[in-house]
Amino acid sequence: MVDDVVRPKGMSPIVKTVSMWVKGFILVFGIYIVLYGHLTPGGGFGGGVIIAMAFVLMTLCCGKHEALKRMPLGVAGEMDSVGALMFLVIALLGLSAGLGGTFFTNYIAKADPGTPFKLLSGGTILLSNIAIALKVATSLFLVFTLLVMLRVMYKDER
Amino acid sequence: MLELMGLLLLFMIIAAIVAIETRDLLAAVISVTAVGFGVIIAFFYMRAPDVAIVPIVVEVLVLVILIRATLRVGLKTYIGNRDFFGLMVTMAMLFVIFLAAIRVFDQLPAFGVPVMTTMPDAPSNVYIADGLKQTGAANLVTAVLLDYRAYDTLGEATVLFASIMGAIAIIRKKARKKPSEPEVPEW
Repeated sequence: MVDDVVRPKGMSPIVKTVSMWVKGFILVFGIYIVLYGHLTPGGGFGGGVIIAMAFVLMTLCCGKHEALKRMPLGVAGEMDSVGALMFLVIALLGLSAGLGGTFFTNYIAKADPGTPFKLLSGGTILLSNIAIALKVATSLFLVFTLLVMLRVMYKDER
Repeated sequence: MLELMGLLLLFMIIAAIVAIETRDLLAAVISVTAVGFGVIIAFFYMRAPDVAIVPIVVEVLVLVILIRATLRVGLKTYIGNRDFFGLMVTMAMLFVIFLAAIRVFDQLPAFGVPVMTTMPDAPSNVYIADGLKQTGAANLVTAVLLDYRAYDTLGEATVLFASIMGAIAIIRKKARKKPSEPEVPEW
């Protein structure tokens, strides 16, 4: 009879509940680090890793299905590419003659530098931070998921 | 405070030796992480929180990945006998590099004295003077990373992208398939 009971995957209910509460705060902190990267310590890379950590926490406490439900592998791969492309497009737009003429010109800050110490300042730096955060968060989540799903497969298994 | 730095350095060296010499894989992983956290404390001591944030999170993530992914597979460490001739050659090479490095270390600025304080026309002085005006970003480290030296960041992002592509290509559900098999869109 005991075998009929479907045992829940992952860790104990206490760990699961606490992790599911905390993961939201981790996500918000990561997004804060990304968005305010040009004003306070932090930036796209650090914030992106923190966002990836929220999904890693979900994988560790409740199994990989819980995390993959929210971020499927295909979506993660696409977002990875979108982040890389967005960073490249930001760089290439500066190459056009009307906006500056050199690679990685900060054309937005040249036109309107914005008020210092406000969120909307720094021109392309804010956009680049968001692009890098997208890239880093999804790619590190991909690496973690791939390595956790890895298992040794023998020749005669198929 | 400089003595504290020396103690930290000693701790890191001991942790590194433990990581190499121990036979327990878990202990080796934790020792490597201890070395990383020593570097992070050194960054904080030098007042570089911008640099310290990334290693903290990456260190934790790598620790989780190493414990979760490598230890479950059941790998074992093998420590073989060291080759005496190879050891001697290594020591000789290290001695030669050390002799060459002594002259280089003479030219370096003293510990805790950045180049920009002794050289008025160093690039960092230009960044500090004009960074806020030119980029509008209050955090100068981000301004350098994503505006003045954004090309470096692009290279870094490219390396990350290429490594992820390699990982996905190697680690997937079906590593090899026969030409007759249909294309599998799922990873």
